[in-house]
Amino acid sequence: MPKLIKDGAIVSNEWQWLTNNDEDQATAVPEGKVIVPLAVWLDQKGSLSQRDDVGVWLENDQLPSELGDDVATLPLIAVNFPGFMDGRGFSIGRLLRDRYGFKGELRAYGNIIRDQLTFLSRCGFNAFDCREAFDLEASLASLSDFSESYQAAVDKPMPLFRRRA
Amino acid sequence: MYVYDQYDHQIIRDRVAQFRGQTDRYLTGELSEDEFLPLRLQNGLYVQRLAPMLRVNVPYGMLNSTQLRKLAHIARHYDKGYCHISTRQNIQFNWPELAEVPNILAELAEVEMHATQSSGNCIRNTTSDQFAGIAPDEHIDPRPYCEIIRQWSTLHPEFAFLPRKFKIAVTGASDDRAAVQVHDIGLQMVSNDAGETGFRVLVGGGLGRTPVIGSLIKDFLPQEHLLSYLDAILRVYNLNGRRDNKYKARIKILVRAMGAETFAAKVEDEWQHLKEGYTQLTTEEIDRAKSFFTEPSYQSIDDNQADADLSSLRGEHKAFDKWLNRNVRTHRKAGYAAVTLSLKPTGVAPGDITDRQLEEIAKLADQYSFGEARTTHEQNIVLGDVRKEDLFQVWQAAKDAGFATPNIGTLTDMICCPGGDFCSLANAKSIPIAEAIQRRFDDMDYLYDLGDIDLNISGCMNACGHHHIGHIGILGVDKKGSEFYQVQLGGSAGSDASLGKVLGPSFGQEEMADVIAKLLNVFVENRQGDEQFIDTYRRVGLAPFKERAYAKVN
Repeated sequence: MPKLIKDGAIVSNEWQWLTNNDEDQATAVPEGKVIVPLAVWLDQKGSLSQRDDVGVWLENDQLPSELGDDVATLPLIAVNFPGFMDGRGFSIGRLLRDRYGFKGELRAYGNIIRDQLTFLSRCGFNAFDCREAFDLEASLASLSDFSESYQAAVDKPMPLFRRRA
Repeated sequence: MYVYDQYDHQIIRDRVAQFRGQTDRYLTGELSEDEFLPLRLQNGLYVQRLAPMLRVNVPYGMLNSTQLRKLAHIARHYDKGYCHISTRQNIQFNWPELAEVPNILAELAEVEMHATQSSGNCIRNTTSDQFAGIAPDEHIDPRPYCEIIRQWSTLHPEFAFLPRKFKIAVTGASDDRAAVQVHDIGLQMVSNDAGETGFRVLVGGGLGRTPVIGSLIKDFLPQEHLLSYLDAILRVYNLNGRRDNKYKARIKILVRAMGAETFAAKVEDEWQHLKEGYTQLTTEEIDRAKSFFTEPSYQSIDDNQADADLSSLRGEHKAFDKWLNRNVRTHRKAGYAAVTLSLKPTGVAPGDITDRQLEEIAKLADQYSFGEARTTHEQNIVLGDVRKEDLFQVWQAAKDAGFATPNIGTLTDMICCPGGDFCSLANAKSIPIAEAIQRRFDDMDYLYDLGDIDLNISGCMNACGHHHIGHIGILGVDKKGSEFYQVQLGGSAGSDASLGKVLGPSFGQEEMADVIAKLLNVFVENRQGDEQFIDTYRRVGLAPFKERAYAKVN
């Protein structure tokens, strides 16, 4: 089973992905833990929201407002990073956590590099599902590249100026 | 000046360690060229034509003598004995070895300096008025707020991968010396009727390929909301800025596409969610920041007596008189003056400075200016707090060290990017143009008669030499593999900011000094009284300049 980093440890990925296909938002969603594209979720919300093993993935031009109140009940939301230079997902993470109060697994997937893990984690991501080339063991260390930070963020709601001794 | 505490030191040390690891991974092939690119840029490292270039931040232009000596050491030990002051008040080294950059950053960290986000698609070094805290026309010292912004922007987790670079400038004076109208965000410090401190917020200004004057989006932002409002602007930009075309990715394009009002409304909406959060600045934090920028221990000096003493020295030393007129500015404290050390002598690339000069400035700063100096966006260095009675000694020392050329504000005090001699982006060289103009106009009396003229040269349309806002702007262009130069007139960086207009077809390198001479002649012939170049231009327009520049020789 493929591995990923979650909550600072290397774990098996228990979720399967439903292939993104905008043409077919009525596609059948299989049993078991599954992550579906936003369009599928919106189309089949009536039935899917009865389950507790359906997560949603957002492309990085899809804002949390499209999920609205659904955010509160979803067990997992994934945000796609099509290229590691495209930083929209960082803001999406913060909106999900700070504004929509998302408490479940927030997963970054796609083209991220390990040097981004520390910022991603500050923006609320707790799971990182990366390309195959990713050395997970080595990447764990990058999560703690910084022992202190100036700004308020999801991991530390108090900015340094309110904590400075 | 701001002094690091254990937290600041820890963050910068962590940053150096992180970059050391990244450099190692790159050198061993673990990190690809593409992946290393943004990481090295965010640590100030470009790859130039001949060697890497390392850009070190000088936060809002403030340097102390310890830092100056460290920069001298780095120039000597890791480079070829000189460095360069950039048009955003930063220091650039042109010849470091890539593998040594982590060591350079570690040395800088020892003296509370860093290169974090001096390049890349992130929030860059915040710039300000080089006369902050000492200018007579200043209402509020912007530096405490610049430091607050520095800390907020340093390693901001949400905004490290923006659509494009992002530059913030702050001014607290009537006369805008920080060019806030041509920054992604320009902040003008103001007081409201109730006497509260706040900011006028301009957004979407910029130079580059599409020069734009910023739009006002908030009349009065109370100071405690500074960071939450910046967060709101950056978030709207990060989520909505174009990423499909790097030439359309700056915030100015977004503001233009949405319209400034719509953009402002979107920011306002985002800000409503953020403004009451923990990011709201506390009085304690504002006071803490201010405590680093209190007045130094000025002496109480009789200004009239000091001026009278200077006056007799002026009579005895004509060169000293010229230097006082051009390179020394009024200070808000009686008996003190601000001295600009010119890095524009003829024959030296504008803004270049040697290791020995840096050490000399450190010495002068220690002796005469409370151990501090400032870099300017016009690529000079300022000693901010010199007693008038010391000016004669400072002048003599500056002369010996090569930076007493009395040309500040004149034609030859030009802004100039490194250009095609160094930069891989450049279409044309800019340093030889600067030198040709300096050599042609070496008669100081003629320069003084011309008065204040900003001549800005960029080697390509990325506009690092700010050619759009020079009274005379020169832009290097590539025409079928040859280097040509386009001339623009009528730009201004100050409170009356304007963008220059293109004169006409571009000129060859060898023609440039002649072209400038013709333009100056048109100015002199049309000038009324003591009018400055920009005022004459605004009165008579482009036509007479154009006619002369392109007139056929009989």
